[in-house]
Amino acid sequence: MATTPMREGPPPAVTDEALAAMHDDPRFADLKRRLFRFIVPATVGFLAWYFLYVLLSAYARDFMGTVLFGNVNVALVLGLGQFVSTFGIAWGYSRYAARRFDPPADTLRARIENGDAE
Amino acid sequence: MSLLAQATGETGRTLTLVLFLVMVAATIAITVWARNHTRDATDFHSGGRGFKAWQNGFAIASDYMSAASFLGIAGTIALFGYDGFLYSIGFLVAWLVALLLVAEMLRNSGRFTVADVLSFRMKQRPVRTAAAVSTLSVSVFYLLAQMVGAGALIALLLGIKEGQTFLGMDADTAKIAGIVVVGLLMIVYVAFGGMKGTTWVQIFQAVVLVGGALVLALLVLADYGFNLSNLLGDAAEASGAGAAFLEPGQRYGVEVEGDALQTMWNKLDFLSLGLALVLGTAGLPHILIRFYTVPDAKTARKSINWGIGLIGAFYLLTLVLGFGAAAIVGAEAITAQDAAGNTAAPQLAEVAGANVAGVTGGAILLAIIASAAFAAILSTVAGLVIACSSSLAHDLYNNVIRRGSATDREEVVVAKFAAVGVGVISIVLAIFAQNLNVAFLVGLAFAVAASGNLPTLLLSLFWKRFNTNGAVWGIYGGLIAAIGLVIFSPVFSGAPNSLLGEGVDIAWFPMSNPGLVSIPLGLLCAVIGTYASPESNPDRFATLQVRALTGAGAERAADH
Repeated sequence: MATTPMREGPPPAVTDEALAAMHDDPRFADLKRRLFRFIVPATVGFLAWYFLYVLLSAYARDFMGTVLFGNVNVALVLGLGQFVSTFGIAWGYSRYAARRFDPPADTLRARIENGDAE
Repeated sequence: MSLLAQATGETGRTLTLVLFLVMVAATIAITVWARNHTRDATDFHSGGRGFKAWQNGFAIASDYMSAASFLGIAGTIALFGYDGFLYSIGFLVAWLVALLLVAEMLRNSGRFTVADVLSFRMKQRPVRTAAAVSTLSVSVFYLLAQMVGAGALIALLLGIKEGQTFLGMDADTAKIAGIVVVGLLMIVYVAFGGMKGTTWVQIFQAVVLVGGALVLALLVLADYGFNLSNLLGDAAEASGAGAAFLEPGQRYGVEVEGDALQTMWNKLDFLSLGLALVLGTAGLPHILIRFYTVPDAKTARKSINWGIGLIGAFYLLTLVLGFGAAAIVGAEAITAQDAAGNTAAPQLAEVAGANVAGVTGGAILLAIIASAAFAAILSTVAGLVIACSSSLAHDLYNNVIRRGSATDREEVVVAKFAAVGVGVISIVLAIFAQNLNVAFLVGLAFAVAASGNLPTLLLSLFWKRFNTNGAVWGIYGGLIAAIGLVIFSPVFSGAPNSLLGEGVDIAWFPMSNPGLVSIPLGLLCAVIGTYASPESNPDRFATLQVRALTGAGAERAADH
């Protein structure tokens, strides 16, 4: 049933030496930077935005109750804004990871698993 | 006389029961199929790791959306307006923590349980024992809340009130029957189907749940010409609270006139809840082990996106259902049926269905929504049981008791017995706990997950100096802080609606949600514990980091 041999079967044997060597490789440092460059600001950003929303809900109720149109107030718009930002960050992260993180990660993985195959 | 029983009577109950049975039959068939396709520990704990992104996404959604988030949030919106919506936002945003910081690295560096990653560079036995204790605590609190809720819900959905009987059962017998049926089904799903069966059952139930909610929400919106503003206006008017119904503050962080101190605690309690909601999800073991069911980290990432899409869409539907119930059914009719508002969505289904196709339409839609709620409960409890059984078999039995020498076959047998054991104990506990206010158990599960599990998980992935002592202190510290503070809070004693009643008063902690204190405390314990021990293993950390980021040497899908 093996259709994509890369993804099936027992885990490839990797040696601790190969892994440790890779940790000191500048390409791994670059990979780490690529990941952190997205997840650190994104995490700080969404947590700050979420807690701003929670704090406004607790302490700025008059502001949250400001009616924008019809029966729609600031609280509802900001709440829906949390949905939009969550969807947006999830989508943005996947796009970023697929373009900027996955290709070098795959290269390094192949290098560790196959020895010096390059 | 209850509305449900009045309008639909025997027809409605029979229809609901038939739909229940059809759904149960379908899930049993899935379980039997899965049983024949489960061979080794990878199949049992992780479903063979062959699930596609959308499949795991549906299962994640199903695992996560319990009866609490379907009936509970819809009911809270129906009775308290905006604050119910606020609750669902915390539940959704929390997924970004799992997506950005945890899922992919966990998938790359672990095999079956969260403890695989926690113990990667530590002494196996103390860390795995601590992880198993916290996994069991979180999952059993959550499980009890679901099962007690299920018993009450089934009695309510079948419309059995005090003094009435259905199939010879009065309301109390029906509650116990509900708990036992849910308990037996979850045991069957997990012990026979393993992760493969549980996952397919969850996928099926996600479709039932989201489908049911979608149909009902569309009917409600159609009633208002798809004008959300009009629906909100009607809901606010019917609630009697006016515009305040559409603003935060009716349920959480309530301002008490003339009592500034109580108002302050109420608001801090609300912040505490907000914190536990957003940080708890990525520490829930039954959610985390789902990332092991896919072939690689990329698929884990994609499956969370599916999950976020489904869960987000579902909460938007519950927003419509909640305000719809407030506008169309009305708070008075809802509280007459259930004081906590849990029957708001089913009652809405009955009225909305009746508007379209008379009493029969009401009965059909009620049966659909009741089945959706039942599906929500079953899929969540099954996920919880498999998390417990994997942790007991893989962490406690194999790695702690047998020091890693148990065979694959043995581990699966132990896992099956563990599933039966956890299930039976939960049934018994739930029967004894059924008359208690258990809503706080869900909050407690999230607080323990956020205080004990998440800090240690993040530190073990990102902090080089972290060590065995730190992990053990972090887990037990967060766990004890969260449970301890709840014991001394007004949920447990000293208030009219507390667990022990007003007569016993040992409460000195003023908030019902411990997160604001217990989460920093858990983190602090982990840090202090680390520095209190000279153990440091930078080489193992390097190995873990390379594995976690590149996926080198990660487990692959089973090749059968």
